[in-house]
Amino acid sequence: MLKLEGLSKVFYPGTVNENIAINTINLKVGSGDFITVIGSNGAGKSTLFNLISGTLSASTGKIQLAGQDVTRQAEFRRARQIGRIFQSPLLGTAGNMALEDNMVISLKKGFKSLRISLNEKRRAEFRTQLEALGMGLEHRLKDNVGLFSGGQRQALTLLMMVLSKPDLVLLDEHTAALDPKNAQLVMDLTRTYIERYQLTTIMITHNMNHAIAYGNRLLMMDKGQIIYDVDGQEKLDLSVEKLVEKFHAIRNKALENDEMLLSD
Amino acid sequence: MIEGILVEGLLYGIMVLGVFITFRVLDFPDLTVDGSFPLGAVIFAALVSSGVAPILAIVVAFVGGILAGFVTAAIHNYLKVPNLLAGILTMTMLGSINNRILGNKANVSLIRQPSLLKDVSAWFESVGITQDLAYLVFFVLAVFAIKIALDVFFRTDLGLTLGAMGNNVQMVVSTGVNPATLKFVGLGLSNGLVAIAGALAAQYQGFADVNLGQGIIIAGLASVMIGEFVLKSNKIFLLTLRVLVGSILFRALMYLARLIGFDIGLLPTDQKLITGITIIILLLVTTVKNEKSKTKAALAAVSKVPNDA
Repeated sequence: MLKLEGLSKVFYPGTVNENIAINTINLKVGSGDFITVIGSNGAGKSTLFNLISGTLSASTGKIQLAGQDVTRQAEFRRARQIGRIFQSPLLGTAGNMALEDNMVISLKKGFKSLRISLNEKRRAEFRTQLEALGMGLEHRLKDNVGLFSGGQRQALTLLMMVLSKPDLVLLDEHTAALDPKNAQLVMDLTRTYIERYQLTTIMITHNMNHAIAYGNRLLMMDKGQIIYDVDGQEKLDLSVEKLVEKFHAIRNKALENDEMLLSD
Repeated sequence: MIEGILVEGLLYGIMVLGVFITFRVLDFPDLTVDGSFPLGAVIFAALVSSGVAPILAIVVAFVGGILAGFVTAAIHNYLKVPNLLAGILTMTMLGSINNRILGNKANVSLIRQPSLLKDVSAWFESVGITQDLAYLVFFVLAVFAIKIALDVFFRTDLGLTLGAMGNNVQMVVSTGVNPATLKFVGLGLSNGLVAIAGALAAQYQGFADVNLGQGIIIAGLASVMIGEFVLKSNKIFLLTLRVLVGSILFRALMYLARLIGFDIGLLPTDQKLITGITIIILLLVTTVKNEKSKTKAALAAVSKVPNDA
């Protein structure tokens, strides 16, 4: 589904501020894979997502998505195949617009015509889909999304993303800004949707337990490289202690980021 | 007098609808307006003077305005010029273009030329309605037709996506739409409306002037803000309505300023100063109001939690 070949991103090349954010990454993601990504701050996780989704252009290397070379493709074009959710719940929805209006514009990806898609049939569909979130949003179709809580907005973003049927899902610490209860709720929803629709997913998380518990493959990043790539039985046997040990063995140093260990 | 205020409010209301689209919906402060308003007027004057039917001349003015908006969008999108500067560039260039369209004359009288307003008032006169009232009826119908067309547009998929632009560009990108394309759509539509207002203003005043647009953007912005002051809503039907209400109130305010101003020695040229001060006062009051409501909400939130200390 996704293939990265010799992918690098260098910020400010040739200056004193030169910074190799992504260092020659090769990665093959199979259809239906659910990959979790961990790594300390500055490891390059978000930069990797920015490269895949086209927010940043690659310095070197190639990106293939669903068999097509998209390395030079604009972000909005790539977005037609990619469903990306950010840490901030504000980025997935337009707060000054009604819930139903938000849903209708994200339903179908690509340029919008002068058609009026929102009708009673659509509204009924939306209500059924929203009911499944269990948040009572099905009664609030006409309310502005800005009135909703962070958890409600992120769950809604997730639903809208799934309805747009993307080839690849990128989750960038999408529960990190939520309180523990809502974070768990959104994580449960995430798992349900990924399993039900067999979504090819890459999920960045600061939470080592989540990284171990979710998905069929785990990547550990450090200094712009993938330093540990594990799947199958070995992934199932992982524990937080083993991961920390692994990092120490590979990098010959302790994990710098306490946040990774402290988050539950 | 009251008819005059209403007619002017509605006429300029078409321009204010355009300003509302860029400033509020797109969050793109577009200064092209100061050039596209007189553009509409001079296109109308030039075409009518050479024998083109008034209604067709208004359509051409609309297209001219759209093109002016496209130029600003292109400068901003392709050369990565900040939105304010892009608008100023187009506005400045339009200054020269408007002069050329008018045949290098500062203004052209339309008194002896056919116009849509003359046709309308002639028709109304034949059924026994005076000119003042005829203008009012015509502008109510015409402006509300435009308003309703806009309301429908903002219910379409394209219109809704445009609505998301000013709030969350990332979301627009995520739905696979190029924000640059939407800026073309929004700026084109906005300046098209502004040019129609310019063409109608030329007919209403009986002449087209290349300096007609000076400071029009500030008048438009003041109208938008007055409207927001009197009505709060998230429904597009009410949002466009309050733009028109704002425009009428602004004209009433200007009329009042002229009325009182005459006694205290204000000149017609002071009008821009008054407009500017109006905006500053509105900004001030809005800021104070927001602060107060925030403090109130914070107090309410704190009082709900039992204090352990």
